[in-house]
Amino acid sequence: MPRRVLRGWGRTAPTGADVVAPVGVDDVRSIVRDAGDRGVVARGLGRAYGDAATNAGGTVVDATVLRGVDAFDATAGTVTAEAGLSLDDLMRLVVPHGWFPHVTPGTRQVTLGGALAADVHGKNHHVDGSFAAGVRWFDLEAPAWSGRVEPGTDVFDATAGGMGLTGVVTRLCLALRPIESARMLVETERATDLDDLLARMEGRDEDFRYSVAWIDLLARGRALGRGVLTRGDHAPLGALPGTARAAALDFDPVEPIGAPRWVPSGLLNVATVRAFNEAWYRRAPRHRTGELQGISAFFHPLDAVRGWNRIYGPAGFLQYQFVVPPHETGLLRRVVEDLARASTPSFLAVLKRFGPGGSGHLSFPAPGWTLALDIPVGVAGLERRLRRYDEAVAAVGGRVYLAKDSRLRADVLPAMYPRLDEWRRVRDRLDPDRRLTSDLDRRLDLTGATP
Amino acid sequence: MITATGRLDRVLVLGGDSDIGIATAHRLVRDRGARSIVLAGRSPAALQRRAAGLEADGATVTCVEWDVTDIDGHEEVLGALFAAGDVDVTVLAAGVLGDQSRLEEDPDELLRVVTTNFTGPAAAVRSLAELLTHQGHGVLVVLSSLAATQARRANYGYGATKAGLDAFALGTSDALAGTGARVVVVRPGFVRSAMTAGMEDAPFACDPEDVAAAISEAIERPSRTVVYVPAAVRYVSWVLRALPRAAVRRLPR
Repeated sequence: MPRRVLRGWGRTAPTGADVVAPVGVDDVRSIVRDAGDRGVVARGLGRAYGDAATNAGGTVVDATVLRGVDAFDATAGTVTAEAGLSLDDLMRLVVPHGWFPHVTPGTRQVTLGGALAADVHGKNHHVDGSFAAGVRWFDLEAPAWSGRVEPGTDVFDATAGGMGLTGVVTRLCLALRPIESARMLVETERATDLDDLLARMEGRDEDFRYSVAWIDLLARGRALGRGVLTRGDHAPLGALPGTARAAALDFDPVEPIGAPRWVPSGLLNVATVRAFNEAWYRRAPRHRTGELQGISAFFHPLDAVRGWNRIYGPAGFLQYQFVVPPHETGLLRRVVEDLARASTPSFLAVLKRFGPGGSGHLSFPAPGWTLALDIPVGVAGLERRLRRYDEAVAAVGGRVYLAKDSRLRADVLPAMYPRLDEWRRVRDRLDPDRRLTSDLDRRLDLTGATP
Repeated sequence: MITATGRLDRVLVLGGDSDIGIATAHRLVRDRGARSIVLAGRSPAALQRRAAGLEADGATVTCVEWDVTDIDGHEEVLGALFAAGDVDVTVLAAGVLGDQSRLEEDPDELLRVVTTNFTGPAAAVRSLAELLTHQGHGVLVVLSSLAATQARRANYGYGATKAGLDAFALGTSDALAGTGARVVVVRPGFVRSAMTAGMEDAPFACDPEDVAAAISEAIERPSRTVVYVPAAVRYVSWVLRALPRAAVRRLPR
């Protein structure tokens, strides 16, 4: 088994693991059951920002080799595929037939298994919920149990958002959403400050299936929390110009260009990010409706640059994403103010309203406001500041997203994830000998002390 | 595991009564959130005294009797420490200055310095490399010295042992590439500590706290393998190595 150094998408905290490519779905069983004392976890396309899919000294299952499509029913709108299939491959298959995944996150470069393990969300969370809501069933290989898992069972709920620690998902059946075209009908508006932004989102979010706001975290004073709100839905056939209707479902995203192999640390600093944010805000229209956009431009703009995570330089970056309940706009404001005051160079800050949470014990989405921001590591006092946010977020019943986390401390976990004990009980049934683990698990003591 | 923001949990100090080792432990507790410190050294009483200070900083301290020259015992003691939990940072700070003039006259003194500064630590580095490879992460900090970079009349006994350890640690660093674990070799100039008590400051003299700060910084930067303290002694080392032998011979110390 070749030892490889693995990192998350943020390129921090490298650790070594023995990476195994299973020969087939059956091979997964023996890999999981034969794992050594440092345990095993599955890894997909490595888009978790932190240490969810690294396992120091242990085994990492390269799930991307299992990417076959078993069945696609273009009439009923269901697809069954191996868990290592990427959302990109899935969409290239189903979009031309008039179907769309239930949920897509900000990148298509995730595996279906990874999307379930993190129970990812998209711009439609306020309407459609998270990834698990579109899963009909999945097959799970756990050390002490394997079989098909359906919604409404505790194994389903422990696995959706369970960060891969309940077993290796080998196959999923997904329900798809019908679409008339591969274009998006988009409304864009500029919000002059945080109040304006929140009011606009609360006001009309329900009129749109998809909604997300980019927020300028360097704007201060009267412009604090200004942003650009983008909302839309799949364009009906009638919204396309006549000439485009014949090819309405064409979906052929261009091959991404690559980010430079090496970028100096500090390219993204307060000055460059401030300039970028200013330009980004200024170039957005005050209010524009009826714009047609492609799927990639609307959902996955960063997929156009392969390896964009390199632009933060060799030291890497982290992403911090939290959610607070709907009425906690005061805390949201304090965080935005604090980040602006500290001039945190974050140019990918995103604000979104979540709808009702799902059934996953450790699923991240919960009703309220979620803010996600990228920060280059090495910013002075960063850990201290984020730790303050952790505590404040936990105190109001909010939480930090584990799929993006690379630094949280174990002590805030029970407050953030109140169903942790329930999850542990199910997990221990599936894996009594604690074979499943990851660096995230070690850091946060997710699986807890041995019973 | 060392997090994206450089926070860590468990630190092992080999040579737990060393001023540099202890200063580093304090630094890692205060700045890097280290919560559990293991002090390993020869004198349990000395370790207990050091532990009290670290506990005052909020750390949990475990003291373990360990002798760097007891090579046969390394595997068992170190293995048990790693089996008790992952070690994020190991600081190998055991060593003696030795008495240059005595070791020129007394082969026993020479053997003592070589065993304490080279043979013992090199054996520990070997054991640790195995444990760190198994663990798949962790930083091993090896205390070398500026004296390792050029033999000088005044301290070539000490310098030779540190040069040997330095080379062994650098080679181990290369051997560990791709395992997830790494080695940091620290080359301080003159450090005002118990080891140098009574000696007059050399140019660029620094304190154990300066060495600790440099170590703490290097831990956060995966690309950093060799660290000079203060940073300027890197250039001192360049000059020393560029000098002709005849000039080095005339250096006062």
